[in-house]
Amino acid sequence: MYDEMHQPNGQARAHYEALAQWLDSMSPAVLEEKRREADLLFHRVGITFAVYGDAEGTERLIPFDTIPRIIPDSEWQILSRGLKQRVTALNRFLHDIYHGQAILHAGVIPAEHVLTHEAYQVAMIGVDVPNQVYCHIAGIDIVRDGSGEYYVLEDNLRTPSGVSYMLENRRMMMRLFPELFERYNVCPVEHYPQLLLEALRACSPRGVRDPLVVVLTPGQYNSAYFEHAFLAQQMGVELVEAVDLFVKDGHIYMHTTGGHQRVDVIYRRIDDAFLDPLAFREDSTLGVPGLLACYRAGNVAIANAIGTGVADDKSTYPYVPEMIRFYLGEEPILHNVPTWQLRKPEDLRYVLDHLPELVVKEVQGSGGYGMLIGPAATRAQIDAFRSRIEANPTNYIAQPTLALSTCPTFVERGIAPRHLDLRPFVLCGRDVKLVPGGLTRVALNQGSLVVNSSQGGGTKDTWVIT
Amino acid sequence: MLSRVGDRIYWMSRYMERAENMARILGVTSHVILCSTPETQEQNLLAPLTITGSTRAYFERHKTISLPALIDFLGLDPENPSSIYTCVKDARDNAHAVRWQVTSEMWETLNTTWLEMPSFARELVNGPDATRFFDWVKERSHLFRGVTYGTIMRGEAFNFSRLGTFIERADATARILDVKYHILLPRVEDVGGALDYYQWAALLKSVSSFETYRTIYRDQILPINVAELLILDRRMPRSLAACLEQIDQALSRVEGQNDHTARRLSAELQARLVHGDIEEIFRGGLHEYLTDFLDDIGELGQRIQRAYLGSSL
Repeated sequence: MYDEMHQPNGQARAHYEALAQWLDSMSPAVLEEKRREADLLFHRVGITFAVYGDAEGTERLIPFDTIPRIIPDSEWQILSRGLKQRVTALNRFLHDIYHGQAILHAGVIPAEHVLTHEAYQVAMIGVDVPNQVYCHIAGIDIVRDGSGEYYVLEDNLRTPSGVSYMLENRRMMMRLFPELFERYNVCPVEHYPQLLLEALRACSPRGVRDPLVVVLTPGQYNSAYFEHAFLAQQMGVELVEAVDLFVKDGHIYMHTTGGHQRVDVIYRRIDDAFLDPLAFREDSTLGVPGLLACYRAGNVAIANAIGTGVADDKSTYPYVPEMIRFYLGEEPILHNVPTWQLRKPEDLRYVLDHLPELVVKEVQGSGGYGMLIGPAATRAQIDAFRSRIEANPTNYIAQPTLALSTCPTFVERGIAPRHLDLRPFVLCGRDVKLVPGGLTRVALNQGSLVVNSSQGGGTKDTWVIT
Repeated sequence: MLSRVGDRIYWMSRYMERAENMARILGVTSHVILCSTPETQEQNLLAPLTITGSTRAYFERHKTISLPALIDFLGLDPENPSSIYTCVKDARDNAHAVRWQVTSEMWETLNTTWLEMPSFARELVNGPDATRFFDWVKERSHLFRGVTYGTIMRGEAFNFSRLGTFIERADATARILDVKYHILLPRVEDVGGALDYYQWAALLKSVSSFETYRTIYRDQILPINVAELLILDRRMPRSLAACLEQIDQALSRVEGQNDHTARRLSAELQARLVHGDIEEIFRGGLHEYLTDFLDDIGELGQRIQRAYLGSSL
């Protein structure tokens, strides 16, 4: 097991030394007091998220842990280069599969896998998007294994969330423990909204100096509503719902108290299927009728583009290293976690024989739902999952159970190591950018490997230090 | 500003003002009941229901009228759409939807109000506790209005918040005056006569005008003076004239090329109040005057909704 803070001999790693000393010098009562203060502040400001299917009220706090996760700049440089490389290749892939399909013709990825994929949008074939960028905002999930090496666990290219927590966690840490920021040279992340706005403006189809950008949200009952509102406010743009928008003469307009205004760029936080009831799900009340036609005509930009889901699916994930080689002629800087694709008979046989030691995931699943963690599962759970796999093997992939790295975390009784991951956010405008850091999610239950906030996960501030 | 956002801000302010007015009406009713005769007792208990148009809803849930049941129904009943509880909840929900278009202080004021609400348990709010509850509602409303005035940029959000506040207040003052006048002064011949001092003092207090009345008239409480103060005196912040002055100002600051029917009506109403004469109003009948005014203010609200806020409907 790799611990972020401590070496196997129990000594703090060099970049954690000052923090460990500081932690030792703090009385438990003061730390407890600070934790309560953080809770109170998050609650009062209303930084909450909604949990679907949770009977007892819709708004909950994501637990915030006050011990930061620290990444030395030397490691970050590698991560940053690897992330830019990966997202660049993914954007090339998306452009390719909706145009010449070179990668399919070359047989690097089976054509039927892409073309019959549920998230492959026929409506996007031949459509040119500004700067050939499909994925303006990517959240790439990174984990470390027992040796401390970084791996990409998952790409999120549809509507990745969590960046507001990255920003709020930093603000909270600076407010609670200003003295720590004197001991460490922590790279700032606060300019993320500015970079996001730049990336969004860069894809405006109209050559105006001040294109009108909006954030499109499903509304206040969505689990990530807080984030939608937060980002709109931080960028100084309108937070709109479908009812605020309408189509006239092939363009998108919004209703304002002063009349109608033309919209250039829509940062949507709504899934493809709900964007336009005329083109996709006709029962969608969250979408704008006619939006797709305006988009295809090049009169409005949508970020992320329609049809990115085919690239971030767990069944496409195993091919990403090949995409990097194919499009960029480079070796991947960040590695994938070894993955068995259960649509392949030999992989399926191996996985069914080794279920108790593997992690099995639904290819479409997200949020930590629909997965089996072999070592933590009971016999009955494994058997139940086995029959689900056998019924539809194509729907699953499997990976070795990684000994995710741990970091000291406040728990009921003092401080104990807990598993964590990292989601940096990569922005693609005219070029690819990211702020140093990301969202660190931590599994608060002892031994748990599931870091999702819907499943009892918390968050930590993430420091890249120089 | 998005029409939907303007709409939320408008209603956020209306609901908070409505909660405050309800607290005022109930506070005064509790006080009046202490010194009313058995004959007037029932009338006084019914008045808040008449004012808020919820008589029928009340009797669907209660067989008889009593002060505790009235306070529960109009104060804390979550099923009653016009209870203080529901108004505070609606104000907070509207604020929640636009929390990023208003200042964080505004949102936090309403959110805290909502979070504190459960400390007033339904079974406990009667007698002296009810007064504490009404005072708390008024304070929260004052705080919200003050925070709004003191923190928000002078732009559309401010304009629509002001519109919500003063449309609601004009409506409430007119209703309170109309209903109370009817109870206190059923016969026109009594105008100018000496009246039940406590009852009139209570009416004035319900709109925070008791001290002002004293300062201006230095006299016994005469109905015609009360009406003049609450209708025509623009120095009195809850009077119809003062409300219309604020409405007209806010409307004139709203930008854009929307249709001007709302602006025209508000200017008309304001002019009528500025040049109004109380004796003339009485000659035509106060009740008739106030009924017309309530129709007009309702129409103005609808025109504002249509011209600026309603496009999302």
